[in-house]
Amino acid sequence: MSNMRIVDHPILGKLEERPAVSFTFDGRPCEGVAGDTIASALLAGGIRMLRVQEVTGTPRGLYCNIGHCCECRVTVDGKPGVRACLAEIQPGMIVESGKPLPQRKELAPHA
Amino acid sequence: MLDAVIVGAGPAGLAAAIACREWGLQVVVVDEFMKPGGRLLGQLHQEPDGRWWNGIQETAALLDRAVELGADIRCGVSVYHVEKAESGFRIYTSEETLLTANLLLATGAAETPLPLPGWTLPGVMSIGAAQVMTNVHRVRAGHKGIIAGINVLSAAIARELQLAGTELHGLVLPALHPLTAAAGHPRKVMESLLRIAHLAPSFWIRAGSRFARAGWVRSLALRFYPRSGVKLWGLPVHLRKALVRINGVDQVESVTLSDTTVDGQPVPGSEQTVDVDFVCIAGGLYPLAELAAVMGCPFKYVEELGGHVPLHNEQMETPLAGMYVAGNITGIESAKVARAQGTVAGLSIAARALGGSEQIKLQRQLAEALHHVNETREQATIQFHPNIAAGRMKMAEAYQEHVIRQ
Repeated sequence: MSNMRIVDHPILGKLEERPAVSFTFDGRPCEGVAGDTIASALLAGGIRMLRVQEVTGTPRGLYCNIGHCCECRVTVDGKPGVRACLAEIQPGMIVESGKPLPQRKELAPHA
Repeated sequence: MLDAVIVGAGPAGLAAAIACREWGLQVVVVDEFMKPGGRLLGQLHQEPDGRWWNGIQETAALLDRAVELGADIRCGVSVYHVEKAESGFRIYTSEETLLTANLLLATGAAETPLPLPGWTLPGVMSIGAAQVMTNVHRVRAGHKGIIAGINVLSAAIARELQLAGTELHGLVLPALHPLTAAAGHPRKVMESLLRIAHLAPSFWIRAGSRFARAGWVRSLALRFYPRSGVKLWGLPVHLRKALVRINGVDQVESVTLSDTTVDGQPVPGSEQTVDVDFVCIAGGLYPLAELAAVMGCPFKYVEELGGHVPLHNEQMETPLAGMYVAGNITGIESAKVARAQGTVAGLSIAARALGGSEQIKLQRQLAEALHHVNETREQATIQFHPNIAAGRMKMAEAYQEHVIRQ
């Protein structure tokens, strides 16, 4: 797992120590720090794909990071449609990526 | 019944909460994000006097004062609907429904998206997203990135990414198409870039700001614009290169750039692929005003203010009695202006909520707060839109006209 955390910063200083928070993403064990959003914790671990477009299945990730675009919707502890950029990670949280919805064959996009 | 509900805990909302609490009003501040500060949190730039404007510290100062005064600030709470109640407003939030006599919308701004082929790939994000990741969450947007969109905001944030040690290929224009007509046109972009000339150490840009007032000089300057770009804090700014495509399977792997003509048209055969793992799209900011629209507040489109803005006067009142606006919802300006406007809005609410005996003192404070807004505006180092004063004037006239018509 890559670490994209910015520990030293010339103006903001050294990153303060924050307790680690463990959660899972699609069953994989992940770790962030207290105060992370789901999106920031996953990005720190190099994970960017948060869901797929419900019809086409093409990958999607965080876009606006302010809860406005709703591109980062994930399922949290069984609750769908949670914006990963606003939700704070909690110990033991079960996060699942957004999956394609079942499609009626005649409506499915042409491959 | 609350005296006031403030939507948005950014600089405007927090300043308003402080003013309300100083006058003893019962106020609740709600914000969708898990911590207060709004977009102020991510800001980090050097002032002309050399001091650093650190949004985290500025937020802490506002928050300490608000908390000290007993403001009720609720984070992680979304407002999804507002409506008129018998004697005020009903505010529907993700937690509970609040009843209030006064409502302040301090919802800030959102970024204008610039659609480009491949922009739905993970790793493509708005420039503000990268800013918050970098300065607030302290997470890199990626190993190496590129910025599509050259404007005041993207230049400032490019500098912030650079400070945090994130590698950037540079700033390029988005490929020209109907949705990027302004952001993708080299000459229009150069005009806006000249407004940040004082922030750039480069001689070329300084020279440009002095000479490039005439249109033909700008064309000439663009014609001779160096292929390698002009450096801003060591970062190449390419006014003659456009991002035409973002490539990758499950996430960003590279971008395709093209040289452009002075008018932003791609030069055939000049395509080049650059390996990056993130792309920031920088389309500029516009006022985030959905809740005002839901309330049926009249709007006016004012380009100088960044888009469609709810009608309001200098006291931050809208035509709907008891509904106020402050901060970037009223037009795109710096956080300092937003903060000053928040104080005005808070005092205006206090003036409406409180009875006669306090009015003289309140009106005096309000006058001082109004003066402070204008002073802050005049001293602003970064102007997001030119002619902000003209934009404010247009809004004042539109408000007056509306009041007269009613």
